[in-house]
Amino acid sequence: MFDLINMNPMLVMILEVLLICVKVVVVSLILFMLPLPLTYMERKVAGHIQVRLGPFRTGPHGILQPFADMIKLMFKEDIVPAKADKWLFKIAPVIAMVPVFAVYATVPFGESITIPYINKEITMYISDMNVGILYVLAIAGISVYGIILGGWASNSKYALFGGLRSSAQMISYELALSFACVGVVMLSNSLSLVDIVKSQSNWRWNILYQPVGFFIFLIAGIAEINRIPFDMPEDEGTLGAGYHAEYSAMRFAFFMLTEYVAMVTISTLAVLLFFGGWDGPGFLPGIVWFVIKVVAFIYLFMWARFTYPRYRFDQLMTIGWKILLPLSLLNILITGLVII
Amino acid sequence: MAETVFFFIFAIIAVGSAVAVVTLRNPVHSVISLMVCFLQMAALFVLLRSPFLAAVQIFVYVGAVLVLFLFVIMMLDIRQASMERFVSGGHFWVIALLVVLIAEMIFIVSRSKFTNMAVATGSRLDGSVKEMGTALFTKYLLPFEVISLILLVALLGAIVLGKKELR
Repeated sequence: MFDLINMNPMLVMILEVLLICVKVVVVSLILFMLPLPLTYMERKVAGHIQVRLGPFRTGPHGILQPFADMIKLMFKEDIVPAKADKWLFKIAPVIAMVPVFAVYATVPFGESITIPYINKEITMYISDMNVGILYVLAIAGISVYGIILGGWASNSKYALFGGLRSSAQMISYELALSFACVGVVMLSNSLSLVDIVKSQSNWRWNILYQPVGFFIFLIAGIAEINRIPFDMPEDEGTLGAGYHAEYSAMRFAFFMLTEYVAMVTISTLAVLLFFGGWDGPGFLPGIVWFVIKVVAFIYLFMWARFTYPRYRFDQLMTIGWKILLPLSLLNILITGLVII
Repeated sequence: MAETVFFFIFAIIAVGSAVAVVTLRNPVHSVISLMVCFLQMAALFVLLRSPFLAAVQIFVYVGAVLVLFLFVIMMLDIRQASMERFVSGGHFWVIALLVVLIAEMIFIVSRSKFTNMAVATGSRLDGSVKEMGTALFTKYLLPFEVISLILLVALLGAIVLGKKELR
């Protein structure tokens, strides 16, 4: 048995740094693996909503389909258009991908657990920043550069339109998204995600106090992660495939990975901000409740994708600026009045 | 010790990317360099123990202002724009004016009190959001309101200029 208290302080510090590294690696690996189950889930949901079976041939009930896709994407030829801005074209998927992973530096998955044999308490988050929610929103906003630059660097009109639409859409909906979070911050008196979840313990979930805020957050969130009904940047009906029309193989896979991780991020944020995080009936550990809620939101997003038609771009702007933004400002005002 | 190392890493990248902003031919590349520069400034704010300012720096400048820059630049004709240089070689007066301005800046900074900041002033905020909000709405209330009014006027001016033909 180890006795951590009597150990050399230098060694303790090294162990702490190692622990953070291990957490970062574990979280990143989980996020990297997420598209495998999520693509399978998305196809099955799509299939059953459209009264068909979805993938069925690779493995029992098509369960090996994501692996087949992965192998296909890895071995496809990586094409760079002759007239593309080579350097930006190659780096754009990485610019899109890094921020969505960096967001998870401050996302808490639970409070803390004690490892049985060494009696060491381990927190279920990499770091608890006192500006957590601001950090998440700010870093997630950088991801849009990947989309814009990918669209511009491809030197193709469809991709460029995708990039342009994406930049306009992101700016419009980022405002509503952030303002929707302000109501929650006012209720919990803190910007730290851990404190926000703690303030909702014992079923005092923010959804009960901030239904309008949640509604705005959900719509703006769907727009922010470019999913139907707001998937203007990759509108395949009019733009081919939008910003990633010229991408193939692994660079395309990076964009896909970004989209799926962003969807998980928005689901996680919705759970943390409005649905009490890991709070739930006691018979299961907190992390299980947390995962259940996040998966429920992911299912909701997939459900919406195969239920609603796509909006027109001018409708998108109208919803963002003329409905969601005034509504979110009003929400902040009313929350402030009620708190006083 | 570690902080000094990090400071120099961030500072060198910040200055390098700032130089790249004005020397690169392609405007889109300039915007990317500017983004790198802003990110390094955010990192410097973190080193100065004010994570709030760092987050806001990324949120406002990288997340909104630069995206708008990109939005406008992507509509320009890049090939024509990249032919025009920021400082064209033949203009002697531009270089001379630049040298004078740089000399003036160095003179002012060296005479100001910013050069001996080794001792931090007593009333320095520790970067917590609460203290910053309290300071903004009590001690600096008037400047804060005046700034927001000026920004509003600038915004209106821009809209009026943009809508000129409607009258």
